[in-house]
Amino acid sequence: MNNEWPLWEIFIRGQHGMSHRHVGSLHAPDAEMAIKNARDVYTRRNEGVSIWVVEANNISASSPSEKGPLYEPSESKVYRHPTFFDIPDEVGAM
Amino acid sequence: MYAQMVKSAGTGVKPREEMTEQERAFQDKIDADIKIEPKDWMPDDYRATLIRQIGQHAHSEIVGQLPEGNWITRAPTLERKAILLAKVQDEAGHGLYLYCAAETLGVSRDEITEMLLDGRMKYSSIFNYPTLNWADIGAVGWLVDGAAIMNQVPLQRTSFGPYSRAMIRICKEESFHQRQGYDAIRKMAEGTPEQRKMAQDAMNRLWYPSLMMFGPSDKDSVHSAQSMAWKIKINTNDELRQKFVDQTVPQAEYLGLSIPDPDLKWNEERGHYDYTDPDWSEFFDVIKGNGPCNVDRLAARNKAWDDGKWVRDGLLAHARKKRAKQMAAE
Amino acid sequence: MTRDEAFSQFLLRMGDNTLILGHRVSEWCGHAPVLEEDIALANTALDLIGQTQMWLGLAGEIDGGKSADELAFLRDAWDFRNVLLVEVPNDDFGRTLMRQFLFDAWHSIMLGRLMKSSDEQVAAIAVKASKEVTYHLERSSDTVVGLGDGTEESHARMQEALDYLWPYVGEMFVSDEVDTEMAAAGIAPNPADLREEYDALITRVLTEATLSIPDSRFAHKGGRDGRMHTEHLGHLLTQMQWLQRAYPGASW
Repeated sequence: MNNEWPLWEIFIRGQHGMSHRHVGSLHAPDAEMAIKNARDVYTRRNEGVSIWVVEANNISASSPSEKGPLYEPSESKVYRHPTFFDIPDEVGAM
Repeated sequence: MYAQMVKSAGTGVKPREEMTEQERAFQDKIDADIKIEPKDWMPDDYRATLIRQIGQHAHSEIVGQLPEGNWITRAPTLERKAILLAKVQDEAGHGLYLYCAAETLGVSRDEITEMLLDGRMKYSSIFNYPTLNWADIGAVGWLVDGAAIMNQVPLQRTSFGPYSRAMIRICKEESFHQRQGYDAIRKMAEGTPEQRKMAQDAMNRLWYPSLMMFGPSDKDSVHSAQSMAWKIKINTNDELRQKFVDQTVPQAEYLGLSIPDPDLKWNEERGHYDYTDPDWSEFFDVIKGNGPCNVDRLAARNKAWDDGKWVRDGLLAHARKKRAKQMAAE
Repeated sequence: MTRDEAFSQFLLRMGDNTLILGHRVSEWCGHAPVLEEDIALANTALDLIGQTQMWLGLAGEIDGGKSADELAFLRDAWDFRNVLLVEVPNDDFGRTLMRQFLFDAWHSIMLGRLMKSSDEQVAAIAVKASKEVTYHLERSSDTVVGLGDGTEESHARMQEALDYLWPYVGEMFVSDEVDTEMAAAGIAPNPADLREEYDALITRVLTEATLSIPDSRFAHKGGRDGRMHTEHLGHLLTQMQWLQRAYPGASW
């Protein structure tokens, strides 16, 4: 059995943020530990933030948006998760 | 620069007319500064080269924890201890972001870690040098992080989206590292005669290894040409090294530290400093595993990994039990 | 013993606990079982170092204007007032986390009381530290439960860690004249009064972790009054204090 900890995608809403934003990923044995790890890795445990964690293989992602023959998406690729979306300035204190 | 001599997986830049339609479209996208995202089509060589480069970079962050970590328990004040610990913790964070970026290319963190541990993948030569006195901690921040930043700032514009975003995040923290390093060595350079001696000693030992971080001249390298065409390498090694020397010399002068290169001098015509190249035979020795600390560094990483196995397995086993119980209850 | 003498001893006890434990935890940096734990342990150590600066800073003020650094780096082992529990070596990750849990549980209860201290500065430090320690306890409890109720090997290692550390637990609840003086002044609780709450807390977590608490109530002591530390403290101090000792008067 593969004993690698699953990968989780981390979404954080800052104190004054309006919505949860993807901030990155990490590994954890389960959702509870993923939340704790997210606090340590991505928020340095700033208070007043809300954290969502989603196991990466539970996320379905759209295919790349470019249409037409030039940028043909590959149908066969396994799911690969997006990481490190920008965090807006208003939640900068995370 | 934490990725040295990354060989591109291909044989060099393909002439446009030899590219398939898909390859041409891919190259057009890169030329138009459109980011490549994980689910986009990409040449196998691009993927393989990126895994090597991002992996080597991530490994460097993790192995790089060791030389600086060497001084955490001996930091001379509570504040210095906290700053150093926070800095080495940041390195772990950078490694984590980069491993995540590599995972988007289809290689798991455990897989890529194993490749470091059994020697299939490399990390930067610089971390095979020892930290011998407290001023080394300042010098590492100032020179080593300074050299790393030279490469990382342009890499924020690299073509692969997750790598680019990781670099943006990392660069924000790295400039803090360089500043704290300079602050620490400045305190030494302006301190007692013994402290000045430590600072100069650190400079003497770390100057050439810092220059080596950029790798040997690659202006004629087919691998570099391909990587540059793919925008996963932005400048040549020599360009970055020159930029680093030009930036560092006045900083050293301000501290009153001498750079261990008698031939270092300003070249009015070029508008740059002339400097002596590092001893590349020493560099190749280090790369081959014969640096002062190679064996110890890899042994330390292997020990952490092996000793940690029962912890990783234990926590995962508990998570599975808990899940099974929840499922049974539902 | 005057009130000031007792107060100064009390502050050293708080500050030395966080100083020595923070030092021990920082030894893990770069060597933890997984990156996420490496980062989390560093956060714990950083919190403890920050708390040390506050406790020893206040102790130094009372002690004739000494800095926290002078107290941390220039006292000899017999002047340290930390409990023995925090100075024992890290050993494996299991012992480190079990020690953290056993300390966090006491620490969180203690800080909860100190938030209501009659001394404003003590109360203020406790308020800040308490937020951090609540999280330390959450994290160390989860890890103790996860490893205790994990694999056969992790269970065995955690039981071994608990058995090894158990004789060091009692010292946290021994009351002496410093404590009596502090309790009378309303500055700090009498440690003996915290035991019941502590036992309830750790019993709940250790039971969930499927671990058995040893029967014995035997307690090593000598740390909080400095009478007899373990051999380990001297080695820790030779590292920690080396630069300050080797180059007296230098500024870093």
